[in-house]
Amino acid sequence: MSTTGIGQAVRRKEDKRFITGAGRYTDDLNRPGQTYAYFLRSPHAHAKINGIDLTEAVAAPGVVSIFTGSDVAADGLGGLICGWTVHSKDGSEMKAGAHPILAEDTVRYVGDHVAMVVAETYAQAKSAAELIVVDYNVLDAAADVGTAQDGSAPQVHAEAPSNTCFDWELGNKPETLAALKNAAHIVKLDLTNNRLIPNAMEPRAAIADYDSGTDEYTLWTTSQNPHVARLVLSAFVGVAPEHKLRVIAPDVGGGFGSKIFIYAEETACTWASAKIKRPIKWTAERSESFLSDAHGRDHVSHAELAVAEDGTFLGLHVQTKANLGAYLSTFASSVPTYLYGTLLSGQYALPAVYVEVDGVFTHTAPVDAYRGAGRPEATYLIERIVETAARELAFDPAELRRKNFIRTFPHQTPVIMNYDIGDYDACLDKALALVDYDGFPARKAEAESRGKKRGIGFSTYIEACGLAPSAAVGSLGAGVGLWESAEVQVAPTGKIEVFTGAHSHGQGHETTFAQLVCERIGVPIDDVEIIHGDTGRVQFGMGTYGSRSGSVGMSALAHALDKIEAKAKKIAAHLMEADAGDIELKDGVFTVAGTDKELAWAELALGAYTAHGFPTSEIEPGLKENAFYDPLNFTFPSGCHICEVEIDPDTGVTQIANFVAVDDFGVIVNPMIVEGQVQGGIAQGIGQALFEAAHYDETGQLITGSFMDYCMPRADDLPDFDLGFTQTDCPSNPMGMKGCGEAGAIASPPAVINAITDALGVRDIKMPATPARVWAALAAPSPSSD
Amino acid sequence: MYQFDYHRAQTVAEAAELLAANDENTLLAGGQTLIPTLKQRLAMPAKLIDIGNIADLNFIKAEGDAITIGAATKHADVAASPDVAKHLPALAHLAAHIGDPAVRNRGTIGGSLANNDPAADYPAAALGLDAKIHTNKRLIDADPYFTGMFETALEDDEIITEVTFPHPEKAAYVKFPNPASRYAMVGVFVAKTPIDIRVAVTGAGANGVFRVKEMEDALSSNWSPDAVTGIKVPEDDLLSDLHGAADYRSHLISVMAGRAVAATM
Repeated sequence: MSTTGIGQAVRRKEDKRFITGAGRYTDDLNRPGQTYAYFLRSPHAHAKINGIDLTEAVAAPGVVSIFTGSDVAADGLGGLICGWTVHSKDGSEMKAGAHPILAEDTVRYVGDHVAMVVAETYAQAKSAAELIVVDYNVLDAAADVGTAQDGSAPQVHAEAPSNTCFDWELGNKPETLAALKNAAHIVKLDLTNNRLIPNAMEPRAAIADYDSGTDEYTLWTTSQNPHVARLVLSAFVGVAPEHKLRVIAPDVGGGFGSKIFIYAEETACTWASAKIKRPIKWTAERSESFLSDAHGRDHVSHAELAVAEDGTFLGLHVQTKANLGAYLSTFASSVPTYLYGTLLSGQYALPAVYVEVDGVFTHTAPVDAYRGAGRPEATYLIERIVETAARELAFDPAELRRKNFIRTFPHQTPVIMNYDIGDYDACLDKALALVDYDGFPARKAEAESRGKKRGIGFSTYIEACGLAPSAAVGSLGAGVGLWESAEVQVAPTGKIEVFTGAHSHGQGHETTFAQLVCERIGVPIDDVEIIHGDTGRVQFGMGTYGSRSGSVGMSALAHALDKIEAKAKKIAAHLMEADAGDIELKDGVFTVAGTDKELAWAELALGAYTAHGFPTSEIEPGLKENAFYDPLNFTFPSGCHICEVEIDPDTGVTQIANFVAVDDFGVIVNPMIVEGQVQGGIAQGIGQALFEAAHYDETGQLITGSFMDYCMPRADDLPDFDLGFTQTDCPSNPMGMKGCGEAGAIASPPAVINAITDALGVRDIKMPATPARVWAALAAPSPSSD
Repeated sequence: MYQFDYHRAQTVAEAAELLAANDENTLLAGGQTLIPTLKQRLAMPAKLIDIGNIADLNFIKAEGDAITIGAATKHADVAASPDVAKHLPALAHLAAHIGDPAVRNRGTIGGSLANNDPAADYPAAALGLDAKIHTNKRLIDADPYFTGMFETALEDDEIITEVTFPHPEKAAYVKFPNPASRYAMVGVFVAKTPIDIRVAVTGAGANGVFRVKEMEDALSSNWSPDAVTGIKVPEDDLLSDLHGAADYRSHLISVMAGRAVAATM
């Protein structure tokens, strides 16, 4: 068995360059004659621009040019787009104003782009920007999602009355309302899903270089999906024709979704590089990342769960206000709708689910997909209300879940999704064993003897990955189906290059994709190179997000390898004078069944290009194949996370005492990388539960605009996680994979908050459960906290 | 960062002369506050006068019943000093928990005291131990030295040269870090010196570091955690922000004071 094939904990090939400082990120690159861009941003959440005076600024030292919204408009450039059209209850399309690259007459959030200053140095660009005089008429802002739809709230876009982009619904309404009317018990819960700022380690950056000789543009940028960036910049914004634009995403230091989107900065740099006929470089400062990276989450919800006397779930009704920010980011409309409402059945055989979501504009930064994208919000809601139901109706939280688990597959939920496979009991059983559930009362008592309050919380989650079956999402309003492509190119020496449309920005594709090649062909892993992130080298791609690269990207590669193997066997048959049906490929050697003939992979590869041994009229020379793979269904990773916390009642500090995660990701290619993904995801989920929150004040100023106030989880905040796995192979893709990249961030927040509310004996505590909030909950006489 | 001139001073006198020469000139010691301020373009000094390498400001001396620390001494050096560990372990502990390793290897005691950030650690030690702050002009007692948030008794052209701490009979510093910045949200320094008993609080005061007389009196008759945990500092004079309202900070002062006293026992 190959030591570098599927299921092996192969050390990451890419780590050598990353840990020796030899990675090449966008900001590491420089172009001859390069200029630097600085974006003047709005200091106001909402203002009319009466005028912009550039007189002093254009005369400042080093300034090459300054661009404003009127320059963009004069060139007839389109605005930024949202790629998914969501419809309201009355059938009308979502309502949104334009999303200009540079503001025209109005700014709509602090950080909105007012002007781009291009200068010989970055410092000069920044200094010149201070000389720009903007005449603002400052207006009141609608900064809070909970009140932005009120009649008196300031309007973000005239096109969207009451700041409502859409009021969307999904599910079986009559059945749900009937279930709630007739049920023995109704459990109600009001929840806030706190707004998060992505904070990838590498800030966003771009270098755009226009070649006036060929009329070609090259854009190096921090993208999770360079082909999508090229498509949007060419087809929708109109910066350059698609065949004249090359987008390269070199090494990218984390994205978490925030680098899926096509932003104003790289768009403006690309456009302006042709204006000044010089390369333009821009790298975000960390403060700009806080203000202008698309934020995540930000829901306010009310949920009601109908429960029968015996604990059977009968129906779930959810009403959510989802903050979209000031403009629709690239996938903003899909996140709180089709990536959220479709998961609200959880792991439970719920006969009726009805969800209503208002997409709400506010004078805040755009909100879009962030690790988990809609599924964390769904999981938080259902796992919180199920735990609340267990407490209110005096069921054991594990057993109430078990009572309602789906056990027959495929299972059609009332909210679109058709779960293909899973074994929820297996995950729960394994997690209960790992956490030593029976020993919890003793641990609680022991903690109490030390003056600590110990609590336990569950989260049995399901999520949907493998974005996305074209036919399914197309019918739901997606502008494009999310297939993936792969190309395999075998060199005459037998070395293999794989071109994938997936993009690795931390996931380790250079290792895992190579493992699939090793498994299939049997060549050494060092003979395989994975090439990604360059529209000039990779044919097409949809990029990496939604934990799709294994189940979709590697499935495309598997199909391309099928074709390679088929052709190679044909050539081998000719070279060994045998029948193609008798050729076997194992461990890099072709053999002929029933004979001792054999041909090494490298000999075959050379033979494919020195086509003397086979009839080229029947078989083309060369060994290069490609495949597009469009998934049949979403994939459904699931699992059980259990968290135990200890709270210091004197200070309100919560310590994660124990964290168990058991996940079913289907086939696992590299268990070491998967464990890393789970650990990182849980760290982010605990970050949301205990530490992180973006706060805007009532005027729309971002209060948490730096790490001084935006609290990131640190290593010493987190315990060792106790990880386990179960496996039901995904039937809908050739890899049997489900996806693991987001599960930790999806599953863990409700486990943590369920543990804290258990320890405190309260119904709810808002995320993040900071020491101050926990202390207030302890001090408050009422059963709920702020 | 805006453009500025940089001058590395060789002596305190030279630095003082340059500082007096232009209102826009600024001292640079460890730069752990100043450099980020410059990077954010929140300050535009004409000249930075670097006093970090002046030999006369870099020392730790244990003499008689006191320890004197040069103003440009780094936190890491205070934390690692055998003399400080022997006579003033509470100060070594405090220095070892300022910021992160990078901050501790650049930041200086004089810089911290001159800046008087309301969430800095050293002001609590200086006030809690009744330290003497020596400058190029005079000696200032800790009580009159701290005059408010980011405010001190230092004159515009005055430079801290060294700080003298007495050997306390008992002393401890316990802080509750702000979860995000890890600055002190509440830090309490308790000390019993040959002269008096002091409780100094940093991180929480609307006017910077302050003493809690009621706790000091209580500890004088009963040096035990119970003596202080029931004493509440009024919320009116406390900071209130995203991370903790004044009532929470008031509560934490009592808890941290109790823990600090317990740490001395």
